[in-house]
Amino acid sequence: MLTWMAWTWPTAAFFAFIAACLITMTVLELRRPGGAPRRGVLGLDTTRGDRLFIWLLGSAFIFLAWLGLVGTPLWAPLAIALVYGFSVFRWV
Amino acid sequence: MNKTINQKAWLFVLPVFLLVAFNAIIPLMTVVNYSVQETFGDNTFFWSGVLWFEEILTSERFHDSLGRQLMFTFSILAIEVPLGIAIALTMPRKGPFVPVCLVLMALPLLIPWNVVGAMWNIFALPDIGLLGYSLNALGFDYNFTRQPGDAWFTLILMDVWHWTSLVVLLSYAGLVSIPDAYYQAAKIDGAGSWSIFRHIQLPKMKRVLTIAVLLRFMDSFMIYTEASVLTGGGPGNSTTVLSIDLVKIALGQFDLGPAAAMSLIYFLIILALSWVFYTLMMRNEDS
Repeated sequence: MLTWMAWTWPTAAFFAFIAACLITMTVLELRRPGGAPRRGVLGLDTTRGDRLFIWLLGSAFIFLAWLGLVGTPLWAPLAIALVYGFSVFRWV
Repeated sequence: MNKTINQKAWLFVLPVFLLVAFNAIIPLMTVVNYSVQETFGDNTFFWSGVLWFEEILTSERFHDSLGRQLMFTFSILAIEVPLGIAIALTMPRKGPFVPVCLVLMALPLLIPWNVVGAMWNIFALPDIGLLGYSLNALGFDYNFTRQPGDAWFTLILMDVWHWTSLVVLLSYAGLVSIPDAYYQAAKIDGAGSWSIFRHIQLPKMKRVLTIAVLLRFMDSFMIYTEASVLTGGGPGNSTTVLSIDLVKIALGQFDLGPAAAMSLIYFLIILALSWVFYTLMMRNEDS
């Protein structure tokens, strides 16, 4: 039924990761409502959902920039994206 | 008093959720799947990894279309936003001419996009179109089908004609919501028209202007129909913006993998720039 969607294991894993992030956010919101708002180093008022968005979008651009400027393999941008994600959740 | 918790409300969200799932999420997932594969039809796919992303990101063709797209978007924003505010400021707030102005302003927005393209195509033709013929009669060497500069001029003029009204109507809605007391206070303080605009009207219009800029940014970044009907991306590739290039790759060449990769990059650029615009404008408002 879903053959037209041309599923592959890596893309399924990618969407499973996004879904897991959203479920985690929902669980966190149910346990600690309010979204943990704060003003970070960029001077932006962010909730944990905003920080997830900034992390995911920024990571996409880290991968794209690496692909455009350096090429494969993508282990280095993965490490950069993880460090970036930690920084976003810690300080932004 | 005990708070009543009624989870049935979630059922009302279900239709919207299903609609978004079928018209946005599932197609987007499919595009992600296509972007890492190659197909020659017959629903057969071959894994290609991030090859298409690499190819698109390093291709001169993509850089050129993106450059043209950015140039188009920022040109029309630079014209439509100030022009829209200026027109809204001159429109009457009371009296019998209010509905007349509003209807006149709404007219371009009611015309289907392909009709706008066709209309301007005929209007700008150098031999029979009113605009093209008049410009040539005035001594300008104008031909939008042959000269890239003229094609750009016509494209921008068409978009300004079609969409400035949206900025006007939104700005006007912001202006009429300002209570008279603000103007009376400004009059007592001896404020000039510039001060009134800078310190009363502009701050009060900020929210609607944020929406106007975001809508115009996203719409113009995705422009396809009008530009496709008016110039078809030509002459040569001079007005081939991202969406026209994307359609050429996806439907003209049937390269679904590269087209899907390009769609995702295109989507991410729109998402990032919209977020930056929104954040900057909301941040200014807070401060």
